[in-house]
Amino acid sequence: MDFNFTEEQGMVRDSLARMVREQYDFDTRRTVVESDAGWRPEVWAQLAELGLFGMPFSEADGGFGGGPVDSLVVMEEFGKGLVVEPYVPTVVCAGGFLKHAGTDAQKADHLASIIDGSRVFAFAYAEPKGRYDLADLETTAKRDGDSYVLNGHKAVVIGAPWASHLIVTARTSGDRRDASGVSVFVVAKDADGVVARDYPTYDGRRASEVYFENVSIPADALIGEEGNGLPLVERVVAEAIAAQCAEACGAMKVAHEMTVEYSRQRKQFGVAIGSFQVLQHRMVDMFMEYEQSVSMTYLATLRLDDDDRQRQLASSSAKVRVGQAAHHIGQEAIQIHGGMGMTDELAIGHYFRRLTLFDSEFGNVDHHMKRHVALSAG
Amino acid sequence: MNLEFSPEEIAFRDEVRTFIESNYPEHLRETGLREDLGRDDMLAWHKILGKKGWSTPAWPTEYGGTGWSPTQRYIWSEENARVNAIMPLPFGVSMVAPVIYSFGNEEQKAQHLPGIQSGEVWWCQGYSEPGAGSDLASLKTTAVRDGDHYVINGQKTWTTLAQYADWGFFLCRTDPDAAKPQEGISFILVDMNTPGIEVRPIKLIDGGYEVNETWLTDVRVPVENLVGEENKGWTYAKFLLAHERSGIAGVARSKRGVENLRDIAKSETLDGQPLMTDLDFARKVSQLEIDLAALEITELRTLAGEQAGRGPGPESSILKVKGTEIQQRLTELTLEAVGHYGTPYYSNIADAGSNEYPVGPDYAQHAASLYFNMRKTSIYGGSNEIQRNIITKMILGL
Ligand SMILES: Cc1cc2nc3c(=O)[nH]c(=O)nc-3n(C[C@H](O)[C@H](O)[C@H](O)COP(=O)(O)OP(=O)(O)OC[C@H]3O[C@@H](n4cnc5c(N)ncnc54)[C@H](O)[C@@H]3O)c2cc1C
Ligand SMILES: Cc1cc2nc3c(=O)[nH]c(=O)nc-3n(C[C@H](O)[C@H](O)[C@H](O)COP(=O)(O)OP(=O)(O)OC[C@H]3O[C@@H](n4cnc5c(N)ncnc54)[C@H](O)[C@@H]3O)c2cc1C
Repeated sequence: MDFNFTEEQGMVRDSLARMVREQYDFDTRRTVVESDAGWRPEVWAQLAELGLFGMPFSEADGGFGGGPVDSLVVMEEFGKGLVVEPYVPTVVCAGGFLKHAGTDAQKADHLASIIDGSRVFAFAYAEPKGRYDLADLETTAKRDGDSYVLNGHKAVVIGAPWASHLIVTARTSGDRRDASGVSVFVVAKDADGVVARDYPTYDGRRASEVYFENVSIPADALIGEEGNGLPLVERVVAEAIAAQCAEACGAMKVAHEMTVEYSRQRKQFGVAIGSFQVLQHRMVDMFMEYEQSVSMTYLATLRLDDDDRQRQLASSSAKVRVGQAAHHIGQEAIQIHGGMGMTDELAIGHYFRRLTLFDSEFGNVDHHMKRHVALSAG
Repeated sequence: MNLEFSPEEIAFRDEVRTFIESNYPEHLRETGLREDLGRDDMLAWHKILGKKGWSTPAWPTEYGGTGWSPTQRYIWSEENARVNAIMPLPFGVSMVAPVIYSFGNEEQKAQHLPGIQSGEVWWCQGYSEPGAGSDLASLKTTAVRDGDHYVINGQKTWTTLAQYADWGFFLCRTDPDAAKPQEGISFILVDMNTPGIEVRPIKLIDGGYEVNETWLTDVRVPVENLVGEENKGWTYAKFLLAHERSGIAGVARSKRGVENLRDIAKSETLDGQPLMTDLDFARKVSQLEIDLAALEITELRTLAGEQAGRGPGPESSILKVKGTEIQQRLTELTLEAVGHYGTPYYSNIADAGSNEYPVGPDYAQHAASLYFNMRKTSIYGGSNEIQRNIITKMILGL
């Protein structure tokens, strides 16, 4: 057993932490997320320069031979600074699909440009009616000679306004919700027939509703096997969940620290409110929730290369535990900040919003609880 | 004991229902949960009720109350909640007015009660200060007597909807040397158009602007605006807070909210079935309804106690804590029900002046902002921690 980070991971973390501190202070972040662009491509380029995007990929794929633990390190720091840059959609999701199932040509084309920061991806998997079921797809891709014709509507595609490319799940055969018949494609966002409606999200990111209207995509845009994409999607989503749990841990850590600090400073009835035992115990509970979340994030990360069942169990367990903790810590942080916690002015409310919306991405607590029940019964 | 309505009460309910059906403004139907309403929208129903004599049901009849029994008042709020009606704001009707008719002089009653009843005059509450929240008695805003005026200086904060207010009721320190901080405070009515008052909006985490910082610089207020006795303001303030709390349970509104949640969960699907048929989800909705039923009966017991002459005491803290917890859980579950479509930031879209945006179903659009906004309910009106402290002291005797 070893819960230590390598020396390299430690160094990456330190330089990333410094960068987030220096370039991602709360006021700067707010100005950026409220700007028209909503993010900073120059920060993205800087992250690429740090070598961040190559870390989780093998040397053969042009990376530095790391893995999911590297993404954990990155995402925890991102969580602390509420970084909005689309590392998960691009590096973890698109990178994951290419790493596990990309052809040499696809890797040469896309993976290289992910690593050097020149391409940004979004992962279009959710649909308006599908809730959190990854196989519940109304989007279709029909084979037509040596191309596919894509039709459908993807909901709340995070990072899509910034993306040049999309990874899209679509049904190539079978009925809605069948496990088989799911396929994965890479689609250029400027392809004819792709329409995106962009909007901001409550947690400071950007997303789009993406519509595909008879979008013709070449057959070699298919990633992995036709019709057998679900296991691949599940694997990549497990990786995204682990990364996002790490992000939530970073955000929870800061939310907790801010709350403790506030309770030291804020005086009512002539004393610091942190001296009230009822608040002390609640901050202790927040702290314990955070520590349990870190543990579950390690579990979900370290089980990613295990067999499907172990991986899924760990990922659902983490999503349940961290999802509950994120709600709990967010709510308590606001409550203990009192009226100040309700203001947009203070950072704590922004942490609260991110921690709230964390739950609905890649399946909420109920969804993963059910999956855990099903996996444990099986 | 008996929970059923009598035939007279059923007749009353039908009368009320018909009145609401034929008089509630068409363009405001189903908008009662939205936060982006302006002054005219918020006052429209109040003004209609004022003409009918129904805007202030709980007041004593001599001042314009309806004389309704607690059961009738309960029916009244139920029927309004059915259409999500925008009810008269509490600051005038249920906060300052009871102080005025209980402790004010005849001139004050004549000057202020009619405007509150008709909905012409908008009131705000100037209690909290940056350094005086839960510890309200530590407030620093001063009112210094100068001839026949008080000169007020200080800063209030969290003043709800002061941007629309004509009048405010303020707690000010009139005796800085009093033995206890509670003893040197006075309750003063202030015309918000008096020179020296500046109201600055505070943006909240849901994206809306419902509270303000209120700065008072050499604000000259005639001494006639003092309510009751000088330095006795704390007594009136506490009296008012007990009234504030009893309205805060929000049972009728939450019942409507649960129905709304059930409707949403019938439209949303999970595994191809309505979300509402999912046992995990259904259980949470039932739990909420069960807790709400317990709160409802508890409130009715409290109302019955009031009818028997026992004013709202520390029991109102139970209603406040449980009522707000239920409101928060309700909005949390509603956000959960809408799934991915809780994520888009609709308020921002509204800021930009567009009132229509084709993202997700209509019912999803206010789910997140409402959830964020409702975190306030366990903080204001005496935080839930303070309510528990009150129960500890006043009921448990610890
Ligand atoms: C099954 C059992 C086995 C035990 N075995 C042993 C043993 O092998 N050897 C041994 O020496 N003792 C043993 N104990 C005794 C045990 O250590 C004491 O019961 C324990 O220290 C609590 O003391 P108390 O019962 O006097 O409760 P109290 O100290 O009177 O506490 C009563 C309540 O007040 C709370 N409380 C007390 N102080 C505070 C505070 N500062 N802040 C907040 N809450 C507070 C407590 O948490 C508790 O809820 C055993 C007890 C039990 C029940
Ligand atoms: C949306 C909104 C609208 C409001 N509208 C108005 C208005 O119109 N007029 C007005 O005058 N005020 C208004 N308020 C102010 C409100 O009454 C205060 O926010 C409230 O009294 C809490 O004070 P505070 O914010 O300073 O928090 P603090 O008093 O600093 O409390 C911070 C935390 O410490 C806890 N705490 C404090 N003391 C104790 C204790 N002794 N024991 C245990 N825990 C404790 C609190 O419960 C809270 O969790 C509003 C507030 C909000 C958020």
